[in-house]
Amino acid sequence: MIEFDAVTKRYPDGTVAVDSVDLHVPSGKITVLVGPSGCGKTTSLRMINRMVEPTGGRILIDGTDTNTSDPATLRRGIGYVIQHAGLFPHRTVVDNVATVPILLGWRRKKARQRAMELLELVGLPPELSDRYPSQLSGGQQQRVGVARALGADPPIMLMDEPFSAVDPVVRESLQDEFLRLQQDLGKTIVFVTHDIDEAIKLGDQVAVFQAGGHLAQVATPPDLLADPADDFVAGFVGKDRGYRALSFTPADGLPLEKEPTVEVGADAEVARRTSVEGWVLVLDDARRPQGWLDVSRLTGEDEVTPTVLHRGGTVASATGSLRGALDAALSSPTGRGVIVDDIGALLGTVRPAQVLVQIENAAAEAEARH
Amino acid sequence: MIGEFLQWFTDPVHWTGQDGIPNRLLEHLGYSVLALVIAAAIGIALGLYVGHTGKGTFMVAGFANALRALPSLGLLFLVTLVLLDALPNTLGQFLPALLVLVILAVPPILTSTYAGVQNVDPAARDAAYGMGMTGREVLVKVEAPCALPLVFSGLRSAMLQIVSTATLAAWVGLGGLGRLLQDGQSVQDYPQMLAGAVLVALLALVMEALLAGVQRFSVPRGLTGRGARRARATTASEVTKPTFSTEPEDEPVAAR
Ligand SMILES: Nc1ncnc2c1ncn2[C@@H]1O[C@H](COP(=O)(O)OP(=O)(O)O)[C@@H](O)[C@H]1O
Ligand SMILES: [Mg+2]
Repeated sequence: MIEFDAVTKRYPDGTVAVDSVDLHVPSGKITVLVGPSGCGKTTSLRMINRMVEPTGGRILIDGTDTNTSDPATLRRGIGYVIQHAGLFPHRTVVDNVATVPILLGWRRKKARQRAMELLELVGLPPELSDRYPSQLSGGQQQRVGVARALGADPPIMLMDEPFSAVDPVVRESLQDEFLRLQQDLGKTIVFVTHDIDEAIKLGDQVAVFQAGGHLAQVATPPDLLADPADDFVAGFVGKDRGYRALSFTPADGLPLEKEPTVEVGADAEVARRTSVEGWVLVLDDARRPQGWLDVSRLTGEDEVTPTVLHRGGTVASATGSLRGALDAALSSPTGRGVIVDDIGALLGTVRPAQVLVQIENAAAEAEARH
Repeated sequence: MIGEFLQWFTDPVHWTGQDGIPNRLLEHLGYSVLALVIAAAIGIALGLYVGHTGKGTFMVAGFANALRALPSLGLLFLVTLVLLDALPNTLGQFLPALLVLVILAVPPILTSTYAGVQNVDPAARDAAYGMGMTGREVLVKVEAPCALPLVFSGLRSAMLQIVSTATLAAWVGLGGLGRLLQDGQSVQDYPQMLAGAVLVALLALVMEALLAGVQRFSVPRGLTGRGARRARATTASEVTKPTFSTEPEDEPVAAR
């Protein structure tokens, strides 16, 4: 547990970067600090491991004032991940990851062993271990950065925009893996981002900062979307928050319709006969949806090939949220949203109207609970 | 001319005794290596200190550059004049020469070491402190190794300067390859002078190759680009998000 007790940071040039912030960071949870650029997120984060010294107030970790411990010792017990990874260019991947254990006096062999385990944990293949950072992609460097921070298995992790410098697709997979990892590790994480969507996706608790280092609101993501504290937070959270709030309503219980399907490689005539309203859903041999087929485009071909498929629609997981289900329904060329199970196999389809009914039911239930 | 030069060069008389090529070469090499070692100790230590602490950057900017502009022969005579009275004879000749060589060699080593530390990726430095390295550990484990390529480039240019300037040692009675030039000049023996010049150049080339070899072995591969040139095939990240569209692969970033 980390506590900010009226913490202020005034830089020597007079800039007040953080203004009397009180914040409670619960153990084992992800707390996201979010806000526009320059609002004091990084400064707040770096005061926790004393990379920046507060000029007012106190920061307590598990009840102990951080300024009573030696900075280097304090930092060795806190994982630290930054935007550009900051890997050591002269060290191989495995030696980068082994850095903190070696600082703590582990034998080199044991530290390397630990590093190899960590690389596996963050999803890096072992053959990358003897590469140098310059030989890795941005996403891979970031994973190494996370592995390195986990080196001594610290209970606390500080992460400053760790996924901001990678492209959106890689960012999303890094976020998903980060959440999966956190489910197993249960670290106390303080995560800085300027991206409200990332904050809402990752945070158990979101702290919204405002220019001048003011803490504007601390809330869970659904509460933040449903009930922004003021105009600033409402504006920062963004316009389509009603739609985004659906991310927190589970999709289970949606009435699914059975969808007639064919497999890739099926006879064109069979596809034509199976189609409903001119479209048929095409699966692979593991029943995973590959795309919709407009059967009128099957001229000349005598079997269904992947190239003729419409791939525009999204696929939603039945254990996901209503947001995913609604998007699947809205993005489908047939109006029938594709719903799959956890391993990606088809369960059935759902129409937008059915999702909306479910949304209303969920809202009514939430109302009843209040 | 070339013929005479070769004749002079291959004459066995010139390969023995105190005036012989091997002895002059050894003297020259001795002064050069000694001066380089002393200059390296001073230049690298100061460069690391200034780069790490940020204290005394004026030394690098102004002082070091001013030193570079000093005329070496003038400096040599000046220092010799000052020290010759104060010291016993051989030492009074030897120390000034060494001092001049060191003074000439420190600036390139100092400035490039400093630049090497300055050039360390700020994110790497930040991460090093953030994971709990002390200032000394950051210097030894991160800044110094990352500065190595530039340290070596400083050493190499200092070495070239030392080997060519050590020729002047002959003018204060210290021998070295400069003697071939000096003796040759006094009796207008041009082949001998040419031999001296060629030997100085050869020595510089050999030393350069030697330092390049040391650099090759001591600079970590991750910093040289040789490591970076290896295949960059990235294993596609295991994205399992359910969607029809195919995921673009994780692109390698250009080396920063
Ligand atoms: N070392 C510093 N000296 C002076 N001002 C600083 C320093 N670091 C940050 N600031 C200022 O403090 C404010 C907050 O910075 P920062 O915490 O980095 O914001 P954020 O991470 O939210 O973008 C900004 O106005 C920034 O310019
Ligand atoms: Mg920041």
